[in-house]
Amino acid sequence: MEKKLNTPRPGGVSRRDFMKGIGSGALGTAVLAPLRGQTIATKKGRVPVYDRKTIALTVNGQKLSLDVEASETLLDALRDKLDLTGAKKVCDRGECGGCTVLLDGVPVYACMTLAVRADGKAVKTVEGLAESGRLTPVQEAFIEKDGYQCGYCTPGFIMTTTALLEKNPSPSLDEIKRALSGNLCRCGNYAKIYQAVDAAAKKTKGA
Amino acid sequence: MRGKAYISYARGDAERQARPAKAAAVPPPATQPEPPKPVFSHIGKATPRVDGREIVTGRAKFTHDIKLQGMLIGKILRSPHAAAEVVAIDLAPALAVPGVRAALKLAEGKVRYAGQQVAAVAAVDERTAEKALGLVKVQYRTLPFVVDWERARDAAAPQVRDGRPNLDKLNDYNRGDVEKGFAEAEVVFEGTYRTAFEVHHPAETHGSIAAWEGDHLVVYDSTQAVHGVRDGLARALKVPAANVTVIKNYMGGGFGSKLSVGDYTVVAANLARETGRPVKVLLSRRDNAVCVGYRPSSNQTYRIGAKKDGTLTALRMTNIACGGIAAGDDCSEPVVDVYKCPHCKVDEQTVYTNVGAQRARRAPGHTPGAFALEGAMDELAAALDMDPLELRRKNYSTRNQGDTGLPYSSKGLDKCYDLGAKAIGWERRNRRPGEGKAEGPVRRGLGMATSIWSGAGVPGTLADIVLYPDMSVEVICGTQDIGCGTRTHMAVVAAETLGLEPKEITVKLGNSDYPWAPISGGSLTAPSVAPAVRDAALKAVERLKAVAAARLKVDPADVVMAERKFASKSDPGKAVAFAEVYRDLRRETPFHGERGGMPGDQYAFNTFGAHFAEVEVDTETGRVRVLKYVAAQDSGRIVSKLTAESQVVGGVTQGLSNGLFEERVMDDATGTVVNPNLRDYKIATSLDIPEITVLFADVDDPRINNLGVKGLGEPAHVPSSGAIANAVYNAIGVHVREIPMTPKRVLEALKRKEAGS
Repeated sequence: MEKKLNTPRPGGVSRRDFMKGIGSGALGTAVLAPLRGQTIATKKGRVPVYDRKTIALTVNGQKLSLDVEASETLLDALRDKLDLTGAKKVCDRGECGGCTVLLDGVPVYACMTLAVRADGKAVKTVEGLAESGRLTPVQEAFIEKDGYQCGYCTPGFIMTTTALLEKNPSPSLDEIKRALSGNLCRCGNYAKIYQAVDAAAKKTKGA
Repeated sequence: MRGKAYISYARGDAERQARPAKAAAVPPPATQPEPPKPVFSHIGKATPRVDGREIVTGRAKFTHDIKLQGMLIGKILRSPHAAAEVVAIDLAPALAVPGVRAALKLAEGKVRYAGQQVAAVAAVDERTAEKALGLVKVQYRTLPFVVDWERARDAAAPQVRDGRPNLDKLNDYNRGDVEKGFAEAEVVFEGTYRTAFEVHHPAETHGSIAAWEGDHLVVYDSTQAVHGVRDGLARALKVPAANVTVIKNYMGGGFGSKLSVGDYTVVAANLARETGRPVKVLLSRRDNAVCVGYRPSSNQTYRIGAKKDGTLTALRMTNIACGGIAAGDDCSEPVVDVYKCPHCKVDEQTVYTNVGAQRARRAPGHTPGAFALEGAMDELAAALDMDPLELRRKNYSTRNQGDTGLPYSSKGLDKCYDLGAKAIGWERRNRRPGEGKAEGPVRRGLGMATSIWSGAGVPGTLADIVLYPDMSVEVICGTQDIGCGTRTHMAVVAAETLGLEPKEITVKLGNSDYPWAPISGGSLTAPSVAPAVRDAALKAVERLKAVAAARLKVDPADVVMAERKFASKSDPGKAVAFAEVYRDLRRETPFHGERGGMPGDQYAFNTFGAHFAEVEVDTETGRVRVLKYVAAQDSGRIVSKLTAESQVVGGVTQGLSNGLFEERVMDDATGTVVNPNLRDYKIATSLDIPEITVLFADVDDPRINNLGVKGLGEPAHVPSSGAIANAVYNAIGVHVREIPMTPKRVLEALKRKEAGS
């Protein structure tokens, strides 16, 4: 017998609570193609309709210009065009945090962020954390506390943790749990991940 | 030796087949004096993972991350119908799309579930492939179907398999005379327990990249079994196994759903052959919910007879399992093996439905079996007015209760009971279920459950150690690190044996060209691979000692290894540094290790564990929160403390998730999965996790292998949902008897209690 699910999430906070900057992804290339060459009304006046755009952005400190499709996600652009495969495509719909990157310092789900939204902004991915090979306290703490198992969700957790400690250098256990609630770890190593975040906070303060 | 022939994961008991079927007549061997406990520098210590840096920097390349020169993207079209005749497939419109390089028909005749593969295309990029897939024209003649297992049992229900009934025999077992046992009983308890369809949902979805290099096929696969996938591909493609190489460097979880070659892997290989280019086929999150397995459901009824003092006299279990178009899981091993009882009878049936085939899910059969058996034991304890832990101790068995009757090679379950009870504060439980102090609508309770699992490892597993004159050391094994820390275990065992540091060891694994190792499933990896590495390393040390002896002009038997030197025992002044001895090897030198056999005619080899949970239940909302959790495991010698703790934490968390949230829901009207994503299919998040204490019983087992290592992955998961369910019972005085224990089910149970039924 299978019944309809009826399971409110204990804690009451949805995974998407911390999500910022969802682009207007509904307008895909197929829709836009016939409109090419026309203009569309926006708050800033009429702007030309585009199905591709060259955007200028900073990725891990490096200035780049990138030709992207209007409907291309930041995650696809990073993974396919820049070979930055640290951010992972796990659910592809903003449910799990495996693709978390920092956009101007704010953690976003790259699978739900259009690449064009990164125009003029700074993107940081897990590959950009360790400068000249020196791990950050967050990365060190995840290794020391074994805050992972298969490691697939780890880049997402590390980016969320990095943003958390930037905002709140001494999070309580409850604050850690809440901050990480937008990232899923299917191996189920949350208990070790809290320890890693706590150790990272202590390291960061000590550094 | 290629040992794959005797690996049968479905039974969860690979090594069991190495045991004779009837050996009960063998007298118990005389107790041998236990050797003193060895002192280790690395084994059992908290060694950080040797691949940690790769993971935290994002440099670890998973299958999804691999891109080959000229690679095409393959996509698979799946049936929207739960049962249909495929009348015609027209690939022409898809092939006409610019950028499409190949298309294949995959279905012939009938499709039997929604999500079954029908056709595939390969194109220059994902969008083109998706567009082309939408243009494939498939003509279906839809057929009646059934996806609800209870309805599928009706004689009038649509037949899932042609000419065969939906309800079929799965398993039976008998020892003693169960009717006699019930006649002897002073108390008889009976109850039915249900478990849901749980989807694996590994973070990395299933996927493969196939590339032909002439006649040789190279496949990157997200798999738990590089050798198994190689052999499966060779069979499917009719090419020699020697011409196939399967590689898995990093893998984002599998939990049993990646144990053999996937349809998608064969599709990738065929599309690559057709186009002459590498082809990548990745499944979607939705695919993960419809076509790569799940844990079968179970509907288990237990009837247990006991004397007033708790001595069990009869165990009767029936089950109806459902695994879609495949058979469900045998859930009887806990009832057959865990408790001493002369009379035990099992009848299990399976029912077929128009749903994708189940696949092994962490501890197949055991996790639902333990939930149900342990629930029944707690309800029996209440009927006897007995401490549930006392009831378990009363029926403790030091021998296998099933086929062999042999004594266990080691069994630290009693120690797990002691450790766990102390750590959770067992005396704090409600003396009778539901008798606790009420704080408004909230009730608290404590519960526990027991696990037995195999996990002895596979004799014949191979590993090589290669020593280089520059003192670098390689350890090579065709096993997989699926997140359990296998790279680190291999480095720890090699370093320990060679007197080096783990970080000095280069670990190579995840390639079917390397020496044979079993699937990374069934808790087989550590007890298979660690002993093989140990064996190779011991042989290497022997050679190094001989080389050192020649240098020192002493007998090799006189040479000892300490502090990165080889020295003469009789004349400690004579010593030579490691570096010089390695240099004297002159070329790289391989040593072949093998995991030896076990005295399976004398002993039963198993792993054990006891889990304890404390919960609070809101009797108004039905919400359950786990407050505290203690897991005590007997998995023999622990190789690496950090990774072992993580594995237990993960097993507990997944059990909590299964116990409270996870359930795949089918739609009867359309025959499709209603919740094929990570929003509607609920899994535990960071907000659901209690304080988890992990304890190891640290029991020596000199018979099982040269290191006394047993498996851990599954034992850490088996009793978890059962312990939580029993804690809920202790809190509210009624057993919910069905997982996941959603608020709705908790409230229904409370209503039953009120109604006094």
